[in-house]
Amino acid sequence: MTLLTSPSASIVTLTNVEKHFGPVRALSGVSLSIGPGECVGLVGHNGAGKSTLVNLINGGLVPSAGEVSFPASGATRALEAGVRSVFQELSLCPNLTVAENLRISHDNLRGVGWRKRAHTEIAASLDSIFPGHGIDADTTVDRLTIAERQMVEIAIGFAPRGRDARLVILDEPTSSLDAGIAQQLLTHIRTFCAKGGAVVFISHMIGEIFQVASTIVVMKDGRIVASRPTAEFTRATLVDQMGHVAAETTDAVAQRRAPGEEVLHTGDGLVARKGEVVGLAGLAGHGQAEALAQLYLDRTSAWWGDKVPKVVFVAGDRGRDGILPLWSILRNATVSILSQTARHGLVDRAAEARVAAAWKTRIGIRTDDVRNLILSLSGGNQQKVLFARALASDAPIVIMDDPMRGVDIGTKQDVYAMIQSEAARGRTFLWYSTETEEVCQCDRVFVYRDGQISARLDGADITEDRILEASFQMQEAAA
Amino acid sequence: MIRLFARHRILLPAVSLIVLLAATFYMQPRAMSYFGINLLFNLAIPIALATLAQMMIMMVNDIDLSLGAFISLVACITATVLHDQPVLGMAILAALILAYACLGALIHWLELPAIVVTLGMSFVWAGLALTILPSPGGSAPAWLRTVMTVKPPLFPMAVVAAVLIAGLSHVLVIRSGIGTVLRGVGGNAASVGRAGWPLLRLKALAYALAGVFGVLAGMALVGLTTSADANIALRYTLLSIAGVILGGGEFVGGRVSAVGAVIGALTLTLAASFLSFLRLSPDWQIGAQGAILILVLTARLIFTRRDRTQG
Amino acid sequence: MVKTLLGRSWIWSWIAAAAAFGLIMLLTQGRGAEELAYAALSFGAFAAIVGLGQMMVITLGPGNVDLSIPATMTLAATLALKGMGSDPGTSLLGLAIAIGVGCGAGLANFALIYLLRLPPIIATLAASLIYQSLAIWSNRGLRIKPPADLADFATGRTIGIPNVALIALVLSVVVWIVLERSVFGRWLLGSGQNLRAARLAGIPTQLVRAVTYTSVAVLAAVAGYLLASFSGGASLNMGQEYLLSSIAVVVIGGTSIAGGNSNVPGIWGASLFLFLVVSMLNSYGLGAGVRMLLTGLIIIGIVIAASTRRGRA
Repeated sequence: MTLLTSPSASIVTLTNVEKHFGPVRALSGVSLSIGPGECVGLVGHNGAGKSTLVNLINGGLVPSAGEVSFPASGATRALEAGVRSVFQELSLCPNLTVAENLRISHDNLRGVGWRKRAHTEIAASLDSIFPGHGIDADTTVDRLTIAERQMVEIAIGFAPRGRDARLVILDEPTSSLDAGIAQQLLTHIRTFCAKGGAVVFISHMIGEIFQVASTIVVMKDGRIVASRPTAEFTRATLVDQMGHVAAETTDAVAQRRAPGEEVLHTGDGLVARKGEVVGLAGLAGHGQAEALAQLYLDRTSAWWGDKVPKVVFVAGDRGRDGILPLWSILRNATVSILSQTARHGLVDRAAEARVAAAWKTRIGIRTDDVRNLILSLSGGNQQKVLFARALASDAPIVIMDDPMRGVDIGTKQDVYAMIQSEAARGRTFLWYSTETEEVCQCDRVFVYRDGQISARLDGADITEDRILEASFQMQEAAA
Repeated sequence: MIRLFARHRILLPAVSLIVLLAATFYMQPRAMSYFGINLLFNLAIPIALATLAQMMIMMVNDIDLSLGAFISLVACITATVLHDQPVLGMAILAALILAYACLGALIHWLELPAIVVTLGMSFVWAGLALTILPSPGGSAPAWLRTVMTVKPPLFPMAVVAAVLIAGLSHVLVIRSGIGTVLRGVGGNAASVGRAGWPLLRLKALAYALAGVFGVLAGMALVGLTTSADANIALRYTLLSIAGVILGGGEFVGGRVSAVGAVIGALTLTLAASFLSFLRLSPDWQIGAQGAILILVLTARLIFTRRDRTQG
Repeated sequence: MVKTLLGRSWIWSWIAAAAAFGLIMLLTQGRGAEELAYAALSFGAFAAIVGLGQMMVITLGPGNVDLSIPATMTLAATLALKGMGSDPGTSLLGLAIAIGVGCGAGLANFALIYLLRLPPIIATLAASLIYQSLAIWSNRGLRIKPPADLADFATGRTIGIPNVALIALVLSVVVWIVLERSVFGRWLLGSGQNLRAARLAGIPTQLVRAVTYTSVAVLAAVAGYLLASFSGGASLNMGQEYLLSSIAVVVIGGTSIAGGNSNVPGIWGASLFLFLVVSMLNSYGLGAGVRMLLTGLIIIGIVIAASTRRGRA
């Protein structure tokens, strides 16, 4: 991509790479090559395909079509080609010391005195990236703060480990670092690249991208939509390139309802009224899901069940938070109404069957028998069951944690309509979504950044641009 | 003070042992002699070895409910086959270690619950032990007897051996590279796998190490008692779990300490002697061990909590 | 019909039990069938009662197991016999004492698990040491006989079926109704599949755990009470074999060790099988050692078979 280096010398080259997850196309026709000395700023909204691309480069995923090669080193495996990744989710062993963690990813550290060498190597790496870091290489990782752990991960990523790092992929490396430390990292990236290394840098801090990247690659809907030297972008054009995920119908905003009484007001400023659909927006992983889960846990008890729950939860991470995998569709759907219909503590199986059958037609669960296992359904239909579970109860507040992941467009339209009609009947919805199109249907939107509410938008203020603006830190990191 | 304890996990078990030892000497000053100490810690060596064996399994987030039966089997083999036909005896013991390695591989490969598989294995080991030695008897090989009853200068055998065992296993598990990787498996197996390590072989290695320490425990036990029976070490299963926990180890997360495990085993051995010096009725001795276990765990909980709130 | 029957995970334990029965009959040429059935039902009943409790705990999901069952059995039996003091007409008093001991032990276990955040294995283990001491202290080596009427009842039979088996059967039906038909049962099964998802679906998961740990202790206490009445008194190691067999009958019976799935009929099949397989190996003249060895191999074989079946599904 950089004209100065010939393509044959590039560290990694992707040619027409595609990646499918079942019917979902995560990446289509991506070609990219990264040469020594380059720092690629990778930007894009949620689900644009950034993490899929990164995992294809580091060998975590195998492409469905196309080719990933490492011309400069001639290696076939990313690890041998000197490609390292530093992920957002922490991948250290918390029970080991900093130096011992280096041992895990550095298999040439053996023999007598390996501890000393590991200690020297990681300390040198930390010193060169974060001068004055104050981390003792003999401390166990679980005693470090989140920021310090992140620093250690970065240091391990850049450490020699017996074979020099050629390409280091940093996925939101500054998300838990403060501004000063983040600047140290940016400085180090520049020196690293000047010495012939390459970096892929993913960040929601637009300022950082402009500071450090030599090239900016913009992704949208699984494609690279722009890839130009940084100098050719301005902040405005960059946001413009990322945005407008759904150019189609965002006029679906229903008639604004008269605000009802306030039913919810949390410490961090989240407010919801009766009959409102309140959106939570921002980039994924900025505290929305945690805030909603906490909200739910605070308002329900682990010690007794209410006959009619005060609040119900629709999970987005179905496997972790929603599906009870051994059960049938029926049992999954009706778990929220058991107490409501029970007699003498026994399940009213007739009522249960009635509710399940009613919701099967109402929300359109595609199955010939609701007694089939929940796992026999497709992801989208499983999600419908979770909606049915929540809406079947008479709970006044419904919390939705990005529930439309992997749901097809038809289902989405059905569910949107259902949410609007339920809201009209006086229910309150708290809706976290990573899709701007959905957030734009809400009566009020709270944008989260770094675990806090960074903006509150009402009515006509709810536009894609305003949400994007609040999601990304537009100022210089050091400012 | 609290932070000191929380930072150095080994302090709490060590202090518990010292307090208990001081209390014992206070109650029974005559115990403060070469022979007294030897008597107090007489059975500490096999328990320490058994605790280390359990620690190897807990290091990779599993648990072994068959350890007591396994050690009983080793004891039976030591007192019979190893005594009569040393070469065959050694071969059988080596095969047992190999069996442990296979067990670890099987549990990892088929993703079986270790608690159930080792439960089943406890029947197998106990059955084999009963077949080899249907009624109590046998005799310890003379060399083993000599090793276990040697009288080193200054400190009795039990203390010297405990220090040696603690030192060697500390080097193996905490200091060495492979021990570090094994602890890493307990801490974050996915990340160790991603770094290119063969998890199946690591798991088998951890189980094999447990087998080695189990065999040593059985042999040491026979060296002390001179004869064996099929139920001789059944209570070691629970003792070894308690020893690891007392020594600052945890069930999951690869947080183990070899020195701590040995200290935990010594504490358990001493607790029994101490309770008898207390003139506590023998009825309460088992219960007092349970209470000590709960107390130490409560203390640890308080320390870790405080430490967390203080940042 | 046959196909749906074979699809049930409990059927295998019943087939195995029937096979063991058949093999014994083959050897004795049909003699002693009634005695064998009587013994299997009587001894199987105790394993079934503790197995029901252990099954409920294991249903709570990985890591949940009660190791204090033997100690609770012994303690409940000892205190109940002490309370009754061999006096006639005190059977119900004894039963009440046993149930009270069970409630106390169960709540104490859960308190350790919940308040001290101890893993259930270590919590129930430490607690069991204390229960054991309590039993030793209150027993003091005395062997108190159960009241004659209670002993007669425990060893007697009604319409040809041992009374202890009838009681175990009633308890099984109750547990089955709770698990399969009640709201609480749904909560328990849901919690065992995914504790977090269950909590987010509105299930009061801590209540479920507390009640379950209490239930297993009460069932163990009742089993201890019946066993002492059946065998003419309590002894300190009377519960010993039930630690392993309570877990074994759950696994053999087809309940998933991964949680969220219970199987009451399988508990019975497995309890009968465990007794019959030992009798079978016995009647074929195998020694105690080989019997245990084969029992262990059978347990592991069943666990492996269950896991590979799950893998294919």
